[in-house]
Amino acid sequence: MNTPRQIADTARPRLPRGVRLAHNEAQGGWVLLAPERVFKADAVTAEILKRCTGQASLAQIVDDLAKAFTAPRDRIRSDVANLLGSLADKKLLELD
Amino acid sequence: MPPHDAAIPAPLGLLAELTHRCPLGCPYCSNPLALDKRDLELDADTWGRVFREAAALGVMQVHLSGGEPAARRDLADIVRHARDAGLYSNLITSAVGLTAETLAKLAEAGLDHVQISIQDSDERSADRIAGYDGAFGRKRALAAEVVRLGLPLTVNVVVHRANIERIAPMVELALALGASRVEVAHVQYYGWALKNRAALMPAREQVEQALREVERLRSEHHGRIVIDAVVPDYYARYPKPCVGGWGRRSLNVTPAGKVLPCHAAEVIPGLEFWNVRERGLADIWRSSPAFTAFRGTDWMMAPCKTCERRAQDFGGCRCQAFLIAGDARAADPVCHLSPHHGLVEQAVLARQDQPYRYRRL
Repeated sequence: MNTPRQIADTARPRLPRGVRLAHNEAQGGWVLLAPERVFKADAVTAEILKRCTGQASLAQIVDDLAKAFTAPRDRIRSDVANLLGSLADKKLLELD
Repeated sequence: MPPHDAAIPAPLGLLAELTHRCPLGCPYCSNPLALDKRDLELDADTWGRVFREAAALGVMQVHLSGGEPAARRDLADIVRHARDAGLYSNLITSAVGLTAETLAKLAEAGLDHVQISIQDSDERSADRIAGYDGAFGRKRALAAEVVRLGLPLTVNVVVHRANIERIAPMVELALALGASRVEVAHVQYYGWALKNRAALMPAREQVEQALREVERLRSEHHGRIVIDAVVPDYYARYPKPCVGGWGRRSLNVTPAGKVLPCHAAEVIPGLEFWNVRERGLADIWRSSPAFTAFRGTDWMMAPCKTCERRAQDFGGCRCQAFLIAGDARAADPVCHLSPHHGLVEQAVLARQDQPYRYRRL
């Protein structure tokens, strides 16, 4: 049943129609707006989701984040893939 | 209290009841028994102002509801106002009376999401529950149109005794219609639903079976469709944190412009509601007597007052406390700790097959 999904380096993640990342001071920062649901997004999640435009591949997103946060690439790849996989399971992200 | 400004949280969601008009007659409708007339409805520009004021307060999502919102000819203007205010807009529709042409206009005006209610997976039963011949077929057709336009779709199935044994086919219908999300919504007993409670109430074994079924379906359809469901509160041990806490996360504006902490709040006698025709939304949210009445925990009586869950479920639902226990400050009687819990157990036992009293204007 619920095995973690594998995400290819070439996948181009994007937020589907009906899911939006938005910033709102009154709600304390970044939130992900989805059908009848609202999720708080921490700063790191927001940095990842801002790059999920459907243009950049997973490999490019990870490269970019490794540069921006001067952190080990392997660790970033695994964190990003976990996040994207769990969002995709909740229908909050498309991977194609 | 009255709470200080810093103690007043920012609302996140606005339920905009655009009209009470609706072609369906569902016996579980949560609208009040006394419905607002058409000539009292707020116009689209006033809704626009309400949306801008809501966004300034922190609201991010607006749920366009009713009645049937498509009964309003100016629905596309209202959707455009929501988009211009920067709100995420969600249309809650029966799909009856909403044409493909209007839907396309709404999509163009910036609508973000559509929720369609389905009464059953069995056509004849669905139409009987809705009190409207042909409703089921229209819902299927409009759902297809939503998906064709690329809008995300939620199917809402309202569950009660007549359909509780068909959770699986209803979820499968939602999948077949192309929904990315399905809400398994057990009837809540307010408004017309309370009138029909004996006819709608399922048995405990049916509820337990339904909960197991939802778990099984979640696992089976993991990653394909999101299934949101809650335990029906008459059968729960603790009450639901109604509207996320009174005057805390959401607000409701009636067709005629009254601002309520929840859609059923008008049943509570003595509450004074302010109207958006006369005051700004921020003022209403902060200071109107209806909102300050049960905000926070200072209003509570025993056993809520000292309960360790008081900041978690906020004593449950104020309307239900009034409707069942006769006092809006009492613990929600569905809670097993409530001194009035026996009345809930009696209501559960009083279930019996009888004709529905359909909602009519």
